[in-house]
Amino acid sequence: MSTSTIEKPAVKVSEPLFGKKQRKLISNPLDGDNPITVQVLGICSALAVTVQMKPALFMALGVMFVLTMSNLFISLMRNIIPSRVRIIVQLVVVSTFVILVDQIFKAYAYEVSKELSVFVNLIVTNCIIMGRLEAFAMGNKPWPSILDGIGNALGYGAILMVVAFIREILGSGSIFGFKVFNELGINYTGNGVMVLPVGASIVIGLVIWAQRARNGYKEEA
Amino acid sequence: MKQFLKEKLEIARPLFEKGGKFEKLHSVYDGFATFLFVPGHTTHTGAHIRDGIDLKRTMFTVVISLVPALLFGIWNVGYQHFLAIGEKAAFIDQFLYGSLAVLPILVVSYAVGLGIEFAFAQFRGHAINEGFLVSGILIPLILPPTTPLWMVAVGTAFAVIIGKEVFGGTGMNLLNPALTARVFLFFAYPAALSGDIVWIADKPDAYSGATMLANAAAGAPLGYSFLDAFLGIIPGSIGETSTLMILIGAIILFATGIGSWKIMVSVFAGGWFMGLLMNLLAGDNSFMAMPAHYHLVIGGFAFGAVFMATDPVSAAQTERGKILYGVLIGVLTVMIRVWNPAYPEGMMMAILLMNVFAPLIDYFTIEANKKRRLSRAKNI
Repeated sequence: MSTSTIEKPAVKVSEPLFGKKQRKLISNPLDGDNPITVQVLGICSALAVTVQMKPALFMALGVMFVLTMSNLFISLMRNIIPSRVRIIVQLVVVSTFVILVDQIFKAYAYEVSKELSVFVNLIVTNCIIMGRLEAFAMGNKPWPSILDGIGNALGYGAILMVVAFIREILGSGSIFGFKVFNELGINYTGNGVMVLPVGASIVIGLVIWAQRARNGYKEEA
Repeated sequence: MKQFLKEKLEIARPLFEKGGKFEKLHSVYDGFATFLFVPGHTTHTGAHIRDGIDLKRTMFTVVISLVPALLFGIWNVGYQHFLAIGEKAAFIDQFLYGSLAVLPILVVSYAVGLGIEFAFAQFRGHAINEGFLVSGILIPLILPPTTPLWMVAVGTAFAVIIGKEVFGGTGMNLLNPALTARVFLFFAYPAALSGDIVWIADKPDAYSGATMLANAAAGAPLGYSFLDAFLGIIPGSIGETSTLMILIGAIILFATGIGSWKIMVSVFAGGWFMGLLMNLLAGDNSFMAMPAHYHLVIGGFAFGAVFMATDPVSAAQTERGKILYGVLIGVLTVMIRVWNPAYPEGMMMAILLMNVFAPLIDYFTIEANKKRRLSRAKNI
């Protein structure tokens, strides 16, 4: 006589598409868990593409596309990827989307793509993307992964735009190439430091300072 | 007068203490009170020896040692100007003209820098630090006399905020604040900080305003003699030209024990040694063939060696480390001057680079000392 009972299949609670948890996925990386200012990832590209706002915007869009799509596809494949070769699989997926972005920029925004030059291709090695794939997409369902991708790309893009705004207005006295000071009739002397990468380094440092002053920060021992 | 001031300060004291009317302005009160009188602090526990000379008095000694260079700089700005426009002018006219050019820069530097220092001290509830007393006079002395005042303000603000306050204020900075101001302006507005037109105030276009370093880098005749450069009657940044006046400052620093003579001597030694080495390798390069002792009197070499490299905060702390630190500054300065066409002057870069390396030098000096002592212990 068998005493075993047939296990009841777990009730599948379908999660809401935009519940509190899902919204958190988008809002967290914008502030308390920002990839650049808190996790300090993706600094290299943030230093390189923020001289002016236009390339920074394209870079942010490119990263958003790549991150969201790779998060989605890795999440779909998460159960069939052998863990020993997962990095290679992730890289292949990421490179595929990076090449797509690169080709699209070359076709439709050639000037910007020339300015961004190698940094579009270097999205492949952007720590934020590998970080999210490893930390999130490998262990979560596709929909949350998409949201996570969008959220982190927004967090990255927001900092990029802030830094690019400060650097462009101080370095060249313009916003999106529009000469603000000249239009106002002020003879503005561009600040050369802001055009150099060291300017980005300082500005990002100040942004991190401001954010930590607001959110509070404890050095981990 | 002294008694009167002291009484007034004592009467005002309760107002600024905890619970007083102006409690929030305590740091301002403290700043002025300790500026006027030696503070009466005593230690509370145990036996400590407390030197009567505090940071304010240390800083003030440095300011006094800078006065000869400042006064000469003011005169030289006027002298160079009247020389350039081809007019004969009396000593007093030269001095007045120079004052009009230099004093506004000095005022702006102090106003902006002290304003930011006061604001930070208030905001953080710290005592007001006197670190800026020296930086405020150093900044004008290492700028060309034609620097626009707003640039002085921007550079000073950058140096105080990014160079110092970010790291925690006076005593915590990695780099020399005055040089931070200069390096910021140098890269931000290169047209105002380098070239041949900025070194003489209101210079007619036809008159060459090239410095000796620029001439040397261009392979042209230097234009000035060794004695000119030693006395300082050459175009250049306001306070850097006269090696003689800087040496007077060096003697004051040495006599009061405030500046490290080891650093000063080793910077000069390093520069001279590298100059000699260049002479040996010179071939037909006229800059490399320039006599080594010229390097020590032209440009900002002497000023940097005496007033910048010796900054006790950013320099190496260990006694052996100071020698290495100084020698490397001298060597690097001459190397940058002669071999790097992008920067005619190397003193600023060399000192800033060695500021960054100073903690490393100290680390290895201490490690070497440990090893030496351990091996001695083994032999016993």
